[in-house]
Parts: sequence; C-alpha cells; structure tokens
Amino acid sequence: MCLAVPGRVINVVGDEPLDRIGQVAFGSVVRRVNFAYVPDVAPGDYVIVHVGFAISRLDQEAADYALGLISELEQANSESFSADCPAGLPSAGEGRP
Amino acid sequence: MKYVEEYRDGARVKALAQAIGRVVTRPWCIMEVCGGQTHSIVKYGLDQLLPGGLDLIHGPGCPVCVTPTEKIDTAVWVSQQPNVILCSFGDMLRVPGSSEDLLTIKARGADIRIVHSPLDAVAIARQNPEREVVFFAVGFETTAPANAMAVYAARRQALTNFSMIVAQVLVPPAILAILQAEDNRVQGFLAAGHVCSIMGTNEYELIAATHRVPIVVTGFEPVDILQGILMCVRQLEVGTSALENQYARVVRPEGNSPAKALVAEVFEIVGSGWRGLGELAGSGLALREVYQSYDAELRFPGPCSVTARPSTCQAGAVLTGQIKPPHCPAFAKACTPEHPLGAPMVSTEGACAAYYHYRRRSIDGVVPVPEFTVS
Repeated sequence: MCLAVPGRVINVVGDEPLDRIGQVAFGSVVRRVNFAYVPDVAPGDYVIVHVGFAISRLDQEAADYALGLISELEQANSESFSADCPAGLPSAGEGRP
Repeated sequence: MKYVEEYRDGARVKALAQAIGRVVTRPWCIMEVCGGQTHSIVKYGLDQLLPGGLDLIHGPGCPVCVTPTEKIDTAVWVSQQPNVILCSFGDMLRVPGSSEDLLTIKARGADIRIVHSPLDAVAIARQNPEREVVFFAVGFETTAPANAMAVYAARRQALTNFSMIVAQVLVPPAILAILQAEDNRVQGFLAAGHVCSIMGTNEYELIAATHRVPIVVTGFEPVDILQGILMCVRQLEVGTSALENQYARVVRPEGNSPAKALVAEVFEIVGSGWRGLGELAGSGLALREVYQSYDAELRFPGPCSVTARPSTCQAGAVLTGQIKPPHCPAFAKACTPEHPLGAPMVSTEGACAAYYHYRRRSIDGVVPVPEFTVS
C-alpha cells in the first residue's frame, strides 16, 4: 500500500506549486505524476512516486554514503573473517560527515 | 533501473548478512513495521540469511490489513446506493466485510472502479456530474497527502458529487500499542521508510528515547532491509536506543513539509479502530469540519451494525506479531488468496499472502531455491 517506486523526471509543467505535474520515467514506462509535494524538482532528478504523487526527491549523496559503508564491509569481509568489523555503519549518535 | 538494482545486488546482500552474523552474540527480536518490508523479507528469503536467534516479527504496517471490518461494510453499503460510483485501490476489493466483499458486489452489478490515484477518482467525478463518486481513502501517512489533495482539488473545482470514506491510520500509536502490550517481545524496530518520508523522524526519536528501544528508519529493497537490521542489532548489542536513518536517500529528518501542511489543512487526528489492535487513541485521520461535506459516511448515513462471522482466521495475532502466518489453523487451507478469510491474505503486503506466495511450497516440504546465498 505504501509502495513507492523511484523514477527519473522528464519534464515539469505548471507554475502554481500545487498544480505542478510532469512526466516520470520508470525504466521504459512513462507516467504522469503530480509534483505538488516536491516543489524544488527539476528534469533529471529522481523522485519516489506513490499513488500518482512524487513524495520525495532522491538524495544521491546520501545514497552514495550508505552504499559506501557497504563497500567497506565487503572489503573487510574479504580481508579478514576473524577480525571484528573495522569499518561499518556508524554507531548511534555518529552523524554522517 | 537506477536506485533499484544496486539495492538488490547479491554481493552487497552477502556482505551485510556476514556482518550481521559477526555482530550478533545473543537472540534478538526485531519488528519490521511495514508490510512492504515483510513482502521483501519473505520474497527474497532475507530472514533465512540471518543468524539463528535473530527473529523478525512482522508488524501491522499494511493499511488494507488493519482496516476494520466496519469500514469495509460501509464501503459495501455505500457502493449499493443509487447512482453511486465507488472508486478504490484494487487491494480493498477482496477484503472480507462482515457478510460480503466489494468484488462480490461489483460482480452483482455495482459500479465499483479500481483507481491508481485518488486524483483519478476526482477526474471520474468531474466527468460524471450526474453521478455520486465516492473514493475509499485507505492508507497510512504515506497516502494521506494524496487523499488530502483529492478533497482539496474537489473543493477548488467546486465538485459537489465527490466524497470519500476515510480509513486513514497513523503508525506511531500502533508502535506504542505494541510496546505497551504485556506480552511484547519486540526489542528493536525497522520503521517504515515511506511513512517517514512524509512525517519525518521526530515522533520516532521520542519513542526510541522514552521506551529505550532502537528504531531504524529503513527502506524496502533487500540491501536496505539488511542494512537496517545491521544498524539495529549493533545498537541492541551495545545497549543504545537511538533513532537512526538507513533510508536517508529518501527520508529527511523534517519529512515533507508541503505534504504535511496539506494533510493538516484537510484532516484532523482522531481515534481509530485497527484490526488486531482494537481502538487506538489518536491513530486515525478524519476530515476537518470545513471539509465535512466531502465525508461519504455523512452523505450516505447507513446501518453500521456488524455481526462478526465465526472464523478460524487469526489475523489479529498475525498483525501484532504473536504468531507467524503458517501457525494459523486456516492458513493455506480454509484461507487462500482466492478465498481469503482475513485481510492479510488479500493485500500483496499482507504477511499471510507473502508466506502463501513464497513459502507455501517449503511448508509443504519442497525446498525453494534461495534468491541469495551466504557462504
């Protein structure tokens, strides 16, 4: 029900923030999407779409950071199975750089 | 597809599962709140990659599943009123009411239409000014902005033939109910990423602090879920109880401000009934007074007496994580997706449907081929 999928914004039309719509590509499928809730969206951005509405703009930097932590885990796994994991996700309280 | 494939990558899944195996030293119970997460866990066999003793409890995060029978009965009744077109997300049509479901009524001739967005229902109202168009507005916080926009748009377009049956519920009161239950086993939560993309993380930070329980806002792909579990077990092992955000590519701490603003403009917070959890204070949304002319339950006042059918279905126990679907005596016998006794067998995000689709053969003794393997 809360299913929402990422897609790439092709175009944005409309001036009034609540009336802005546009096309979003999900692979080869293109759908019309309401942009009322992502006022700063621009063509080329990726958005998460739920029941016809974009509800969030994807943050590439945050995505790279989280995947980078997993790369460190992969490296740690290949280097040593016995050692404690030296480079993983930050423990609670540590912020992202 | 970008932002999908990298989160289904076998090497990353393996690295995370190995890291979880190294971190865990004791048994732990973690609840994934959202039905979308349950679906991924069961579909990809993620629970089978975890060390023994690390138990995933499936939460109540499926709006279709928790919508009480009374609301289904209301929709069934409204759809049979003269001149009505009832619009609904497809999932709701098969959910059993106390005596009938919407699909049966539709087969008997009621004009019930499946829509993919609440705005589709507004468009149908605009195109059919001589008909009464009613939208069955089911959902959690994720869907509330879309449902709010439908009412807001109908009012701006001066449509007088549009209304909605509101069955909107809020997640934090359900988490609190689970934590406060006497037999609660949940020690950490994976919070629902898309709900938090709207609401932000404040409410969860408060729950984590006051109930001393780690909460990790988590996405829906295999890599997301295992990373969320790793973050959660790391906290459990060292005894911290903070709010963390695994799904930062989508969820900002403040949530989606324009969406929250329109939800607050259209809806107010009220008590609501949940299948499995009962009546929970402050857990639902209702139309504010200024929008009450769009309330289908006021427009079509009808009988609301419910006579529960005797049933072996244990949906309530499944929804609160007390049992797993195969432990229900009706599972895959009296209750199947074709003939569901309870809502969790209907929705693709229902735990019973997920087990039926992906685990039934293994329950019958056929070992499925795992999606991922961890050597």
